[in-house]
Amino acid sequence: MNLNGCIEVVGHSDPGMVRSHNEDSIANDVKHGLVILADGMGGYNAGEVASGMATTVLMTELQNAIGVHAPFDIDPDTGLTFAQRMLKDQIEKANTSIYQASQSQPQYAGMGTTLVASMFYDNRMTVAHIGDSRLYLLRGAEFSQVTRDHSLLQEQIDSGMITVEEAKHSQNKNLVTRALGIDPVVEPEVHDYDTKVGDIYLLCSDGLSDMVPDDEIGLTLETLGGNLTLAAQQLVQMANDNGGRDNVSVLLIKIVKEYPAARGIFSRFLGWFR
Amino acid sequence: MAKLILSMDGLVLKEITLTKERTTIGRKPHNDIQIDNLAVSGEHAIIVTILSDSFLEDLGSTNGTLVNGQPIKKHFLQNNDVVELGKYKLKYLNEAPKAAGGAADFEKTMVMRPGSAPPPRMAPAAPVGTGTVIPGAAAPAPMMAPIPSPAAAPAAFAPAPAAAGAVAQGAIQLLSGPNAGKELVLTKALTTLGKPGVQVAVITRRPQGYFITHVEGATFPVVNGKPLDAQAHPLADHDVVEIAGTKMEFFFKS
Repeated sequence: MNLNGCIEVVGHSDPGMVRSHNEDSIANDVKHGLVILADGMGGYNAGEVASGMATTVLMTELQNAIGVHAPFDIDPDTGLTFAQRMLKDQIEKANTSIYQASQSQPQYAGMGTTLVASMFYDNRMTVAHIGDSRLYLLRGAEFSQVTRDHSLLQEQIDSGMITVEEAKHSQNKNLVTRALGIDPVVEPEVHDYDTKVGDIYLLCSDGLSDMVPDDEIGLTLETLGGNLTLAAQQLVQMANDNGGRDNVSVLLIKIVKEYPAARGIFSRFLGWFR
Repeated sequence: MAKLILSMDGLVLKEITLTKERTTIGRKPHNDIQIDNLAVSGEHAIIVTILSDSFLEDLGSTNGTLVNGQPIKKHFLQNNDVVELGKYKLKYLNEAPKAAGGAADFEKTMVMRPGSAPPPRMAPAAPVGTGTVIPGAAAPAPMMAPIPSPAAAPAAFAPAPAAAGAVAQGAIQLLSGPNAGKELVLTKALTTLGKPGVQVAVITRRPQGYFITHVEGATFPVVNGKPLDAQAHPLADHDVVEIAGTKMEFFFKS
């Protein structure tokens, strides 16, 4: 079904104050309810190549896959929803493309990218992520981090070695434990969540979450939620004002109205005329 | 690379570089750092080093371990921490790496894979611009970075909002409407003004000063009699702003 008018999406990507080029890549497709953000890494321009490949391959493949199966249907083979299945399969495909490029072309050797991708359908969303790019949610006045980083720091916090407070001073901030395109296979973390009208979702690269404290990000979304374009610009500006040491990318998604899936034949038929 | 400087009564005895994942400290000779003193337990403490972070743990010693004067059981070591075992002091030094490429490169994201040896130091020593290095077979550059020169400034990591100290405190005073005369100090990074659904503007505090931006509504805020466009507008001392029919004055508190 077409999600135009049900969700509002705004994206903004900036190289920051220090880096000369932008290795982040963002893509969105409101009609199909798809948003993708990738933060590439690798020498010269390989980071851009990796993140660019991740967003384009994933976007194209997901658009095709949505045409074949409805995301909310259950896949009889795996017992998962097709949304989960599609994300897993297509991320695998993107991983293979990046991995093969890095193996066959010496200038791309060792390139990789983090990824966070969401699919909105049937008043729900499925989010898949790899690495330290994050998804946040503002619901009412409550601002929370939805994804958990695949990073050394997060593992140290989880195992109780350091506290969240100590983590802010750690020098191991930039080590991710999973990334797309590094190994022949990759396992994304995939979860489903219900969405509510008024929710604002934020996908961001670590250029935002490392430079701006969470409470300030939350405050910005709360005060500027009425104007997503301005909120996205403001978030990037805050990261740059605090030093902007990395590329900064944000994707904001606001749930404007409910979008239940058209399940019956008649409502599917009506859906054609939307 | 992090190092420890062992001293007693202000006399430097030894300098130890933390190269091993586990560095043991104690009186017995099999320890990595042996301190032959009866106040030090046989196996007194251990330092676990993971890449550039080090953790100190007391191994149930008789006389305990102090860090900066406080007894600890387990501690995440920070640059310039002083560890005390009896009369002996160990100063922990861990300056942030500075790569040849400058400050820009050392924060680049890298992948750590299980099974691959972690880099001794995360600063890429690659030529300027090569930047990120991923440990593993395909690594295009040597992993070892030059040890930071003593002159290298310790990195200021905390992403503290720079605005607080840099800009004089701004405030607004309402000039018309039912609350005329009321003063509002702009302490937050963002302050919204106006009536939701009618007209809303936001005043942002940045290192460069205060800026006003239109958020929603058909009419735009008016500053000194001139309506704004969609761009952010810098606010000067004693600017008069009109939002949703209410006039207010912006000023810097002295």
